Formats: sequence, structure tokens, C-alpha cells
Amino acid sequence: METNRLPRVSKLLRRIAQTAQLMVGLPDYNAYVTHRRQIHPGEPVMTYEEFFRERQTSRYGNDGAKIGRCC
Amino acid sequence: MTITKSKLVWTAVGLLGALSLGTIALSRGETINAFWLVAAAICSYVLAERTYARFIARDVVRLDAGRPTPAHRFNDGLDYCPTDKTVLFGHHFAAIAGAGPLVGPVLAAQMGYLPGTFWLIVGAIFAGAVQDFVVLWASVRRDGRSLGEMIRVELGPLPGALAMFGVLVIMMILLAVLALVVVKALTHSPWATFTVAMTIPIAVLMGLYGRFARPGRIGEMSLLGFALLMLSLVYGRHVAEAPSLAAYFDYSGEDLSMMLIAYGFFASVLPVWALLAPRDYLSTFLKIGTIIGLAIGIFLVLPDLKMPAVTKFVDGNGPVFSGSLFPFLFITIACGAISGFHALISSGTTPKMIDNEADARVIGYGAMLMEGFVAIMALVAATTLDPGIYFALNSPAALIGTSPESAATAISNWGFTITPDLLRQAAADVGEASILSRTGGAPTLAVGMAEILSNAIGGKALMAFWYHFAILFEALFILTTIDAGTRVSRFMIQDLIGTAIPSFKATRSWSANIIATAIAVSAWGYFLYQGVVDPLGGINTLWPLFGISNQMLACIALMLATIILFKMKRERYAWVTGLPAIWLGICTLTAAWQKLFSHNPAIGFLAHAEKFSQAAQTAQVLAPAKTLADMNRIIFNDHVNATLTALLGALVIAMGCFGIAAILKALADPAISTQEAATVPAE
Repeated sequence: METNRLPRVSKLLRRIAQTAQLMVGLPDYNAYVTHRRQIHPGEPVMTYEEFFRERQTSRYGNDGAKIGRCC
Repeated sequence: MTITKSKLVWTAVGLLGALSLGTIALSRGETINAFWLVAAAICSYVLAERTYARFIARDVVRLDAGRPTPAHRFNDGLDYCPTDKTVLFGHHFAAIAGAGPLVGPVLAAQMGYLPGTFWLIVGAIFAGAVQDFVVLWASVRRDGRSLGEMIRVELGPLPGALAMFGVLVIMMILLAVLALVVVKALTHSPWATFTVAMTIPIAVLMGLYGRFARPGRIGEMSLLGFALLMLSLVYGRHVAEAPSLAAYFDYSGEDLSMMLIAYGFFASVLPVWALLAPRDYLSTFLKIGTIIGLAIGIFLVLPDLKMPAVTKFVDGNGPVFSGSLFPFLFITIACGAISGFHALISSGTTPKMIDNEADARVIGYGAMLMEGFVAIMALVAATTLDPGIYFALNSPAALIGTSPESAATAISNWGFTITPDLLRQAAADVGEASILSRTGGAPTLAVGMAEILSNAIGGKALMAFWYHFAILFEALFILTTIDAGTRVSRFMIQDLIGTAIPSFKATRSWSANIIATAIAVSAWGYFLYQGVVDPLGGINTLWPLFGISNQMLACIALMLATIILFKMKRERYAWVTGLPAIWLGICTLTAAWQKLFSHNPAIGFLAHAEKFSQAAQTAQVLAPAKTLADMNRIIFNDHVNATLTALLGALVIAMGCFGIAAILKALADPAISTQEAATVPAE
């Protein structure tokens, strides 16, 4: 029972963290890395810092309008 | 065994819902507890998600769990990435929840709690959530295309361009009205102005931290920012109480609006990491946290509602907004029941991240019900206030004067007994010099929230703190919307001008950037300033315009959905989106007609202009004008507003005609005539 609960709690916490990050436009970095490794093996993968900057620029736009929030 | 258990639970939900609705509808004269409102809303929403949303998912749009979504077909780990249902629900809800569902119900409370509750429940279930869900589904089936692109493809280039022009107009009015809400909350309030001003250096500090010290650590940045924010909130009281400091943060509405316009300009020209992004983090987390906090507070305290079920102001002579229950209640409540803006979000980032088409129901339909619930909480916060306090906060100075004595007399004459001492006490409780004529909804919500939260934690001693916390929370995310909205409008304007002068489209060009930003801020700044000097409080003029434009966009989105159903040969179910579209069309057109041609100068723009021009002809100066030049400016503003209203009305009619033509064409065509994306994976 005890051994079962810990992974469940950490999974819940990770999900809350993911939700909070996606709320401000940052998708899951691990999912991105997994995707690049699997589908585009050998091609460059952005570091977390690069990934963060790329997403930040994209959310608030330098190259177009994105309506990401409501009234 | 499990089947009977679940049946039992749903029967209980149904019974509780029916009991709550009955209690709300039948109680007259006696006060009822907020519990009934909250229970009625939750039970209705849960049942609707279970039944109506399931019907739409299964029969109308026929969600197909086996169909690959854009997230899988175009997966790049960035824009397109399959995302867990609950995580995406959070993202979508954070994007659609804003100031609208908080302000609208507060204003609508002048008619009592019953009309507002009714429309928040019925409207969200049969119109708002349907729109969000069906548009999300349509976009998922079309590679995550935006609303504008879908209208262009399904209806043609001209309707597409018209709809996008409509979106730009809505943006301008939206930014002006939201800025006005902030101005009204900060006017001559050094405590609130100080804390809101401090959010600028705090955001810059967070931005530097997240750019150079610890790149990309959003959690650390936000905690740092939150701690500094709370410190400035506490220190704000000291600022307000020390006259030498307070003088630096004590501004009139006119000054504040000029500052906001300048701020909007700089915030949208600066690099996003410096101000816009960190402020967005702070305001998003604070928004979600406060909504959860308010829900817990309401459940813990379960306050009584002091506002009557229905007030005499359903006749249209209310001080908060003018116009009778139909159509203006539906225009005023806006986003909590249905918001056209959600159609832009439902066809924005969310459809690109849906893991499975079957998730669209809980994300599209469910998130809107959650927003409806936020609006119900705002209504609860406003109606737990003493009606006398509510009307003191929300009536313009032209009606209640500027002293507690004049306000108490005027409001008591309307039948809501209040004494000058109670008004003074209420202001002292929240740490303000005066609570009179703080229109715009935010201060009312803040007083209501302060009452609820201080009952839960801290008692009277913390009431002023909670009040300024609530003001800060609203101002923070409104300012974020102003930054981001000005930026988005700038790109839209560059795009629009770019069709004539191609070089203007270069988003990295400084001159194009500055010119387009200047156009954007002057457009909303014009309406903001006009609202600030308006004797009826500005909200009176601007909120209905915003409501009309927002509902008009919803009407267009629902029309698109209806046309798609016809094109798919599912006209049997077209009423699901068609009836709410027709209802919104009737509401917006009636409201637009009355705003134009009503003989009552408080409602009709032209009647108001007429009243002022007649006075001007005999060299008479009517308040708020101080000179004849002011008079002419008011007349000019009335004509601008009237033109805008006529434009919006014409837009709805034009889109309606395009829609009917498209439907007739689809009916004549024996084959399915809409283009959905392929059902096989792209790779």
C-alpha cells in the first residue's frame, strides 16, 4: 500500500506542474525530447533553455498574432 | 451493482438540482443562502455535461476516438503535441477565463440575482458550452485551423475578411472597457495604485531572473514575483496612510488613463521576456489560485444573499446600466454564459494539442461550464453585499452625488435603505477614502470577495488586505490582457495595412511596429478616455458595446457551426447550434437598434447627441461638459459610438445573409460539401 502511494503522488504532482506550465504556454519538455529522438533521430534537439525561449517567443509572437487569452 | 450505484448518484444530483432551482425560483421576500445558487449551478452543469454534451458528442458531431488528431498527425513536440486530457483542460480553462465572467454578472446584479442566475445556467448549457465544443471539434477536424480560416473556407473570402475585421473591432472595445475597469478601481486609491504600479518593476525583475540568472525556471520566477507582490501589497497600506507618499500614487481617472495608454504602448513594443511574459506567469497563476480560493471561501462561509431575487430595475431604469431585461441582461452578462472570444481560443492552440477527439467534449464543453461557475461565484460575491452598498459602488456620480449623505439619500429613495455612516464605515473597512461610484464591477467584486474571504480567514482586521488583494488580482490580469491584446492588435493592423503596403507586414521592422502599435493604442485609448470623462460612468456606454460585439462574434461562430452541420447533411441536428445563433442574433440586433434609436438619452446614442446639440444651440452647457467645445466633443463621441453600433449590426446582418445562402446551397447539393482533413496519419 505505502509503496504504491508514492509514485501516484509524484505522478499527480508532475501533472499539476505540467498543467501550470502549459497554462503559460510551455508544453512538456520531456515529450518534446522523446519526440525528436524517436521521429527525427540524429537531428539536433534544443536544450531546455532554447526550448523555453522558442516557446516564449512563439506564444507572444514576433512573427504573427496569436490570441492566447480571453476577456 | 455499480450501475445501480451510479443511477443512485445521478438521481441524487438531479433531485438536489431541482430542489435548488425550485428554492431560487420560488423564494420571494426572504433572503436565501448562496448554497442554493451554487448547488443549482453545479447540479445543472454536471447533468448537462452528462446528457446534453453526450448527445452532441454522439449524435451531432459524432466524435470519433479512432480518428487521428492534428496533434498526432503533425506532432512536432511544440505547437502540435498530444497532451493529457486534464492538463489540456487546465490550459484551455486558463485561456478562456478572464475578467469578463467576473465583471458581467456583477453589473447584471442590479436586476437581482434571479435573472443573472437563470441566464448563466441556461446560456452556458445551451449556447456558450455548445459553441466552444462544436468550434473545437470543427477545428480539430480541420488540422487545427483558426475561426477566420474556417469561415473563409466554408463561406468564402469576403465573409472571412468581414469576420476578421469584426474581431479587430471587438479587440479595441474589449481593451478599452477592461482598461476602464482598472482606471475606475485605481482612481484616487493610493494603496491600489501603488501595488499595481509595483507589478511593473516586479515583472521586469522576474524577466531578468528568468532570462539570465536561471533561464526558463518559471516556478522559481513566479514564487519570487508572488512574494514581492505580497510585500508590496502589505506595504501599500503604509503608502496610503502616509500623506507624503500617498501623494505620488493618488491620481484622477484622466491621468490614469493616459498612463495606461503609455504603458500599453511600451509593454507591447518591449521584448516579451522583459515584461509581458513574466507578468503573464504571475497573473495566470494568481488568477487560477484566486478562483480556487474564492470557491473554497464560498463553500466555507455560505453567505446569505442580501440582494432581492428581482429588483425594480428590470424595467430598464437601473443606475448600473440602462436598458430593460431583454435584451440588455443577455448583453451584459456576456462571457459567463457565452463569449464569442472563446471561439478564437477553441480554434487556437487547444485543437492542436488534443490527444484524442473524444477529449473534445470535456475540454470544450466542460471548460465553459467551469467558466459559467466562476461567473456564478462573481454573482454570489456581488449579491451578498448589502444592496445599498452595491448601488453606492456601482451608480455614477451623476445619480448619487459625491458625498455619503447625497448617495445615502438617493439610494434609500430607490428603496434600498442605507445610511451615510454605513457608507463611511464600508469605505473605512476596506481602507479607502470613498467607495462611491467605483463602477466597472471590479471594486464590487473585491468588496464581496473581501467579505467572504475575511469571514473565512482573518476577520474584519484583514478585510482591507483582502480588498486590495482582489483589486490587485483583477488589475494584474486585465493589464496582461492589455499588453498581449495591444500586441495582437498591432500584428493584425500590420497585416491589414500590409495588404496595401507590403513592406508594412515585416513584423521586425521598427517603424512599422511603432506605427501599428500607436494606431492600436490610440484606437482603444480613444474609447477609454471617452469612458473616463463620461458622466454616466463610461461602463454604461462601453460595456453594452463590448457585450454586443462579443455576442455578435459568438453568433458568427455558431452560424459557421450550423453551416458545417448542413454541409455534412446533418441538418436534422442543426438546431443545436442554429437556435442559439438565432437567439444571439435577435439579442444583438435588438440591443444595437435600441442603442441607436431609443428615445431615452441614457440608452440611445443619437437621442443623447440630440439632447446635447439642442442644449448647445442655446449656448447651454450640460454636465460633464464645462465648455461648448466639450459639448461638441460629446456629440462627436455619440456619433462615433452610433456609427460603430450600426457597423456591428450591419456585420451581423451581412453574415446572416452569407450564412443563409451557404445553407441553401448545401441543401441543394445532394453530396457532403464540407472539407474535413484526412482520416489517416500524415506520416
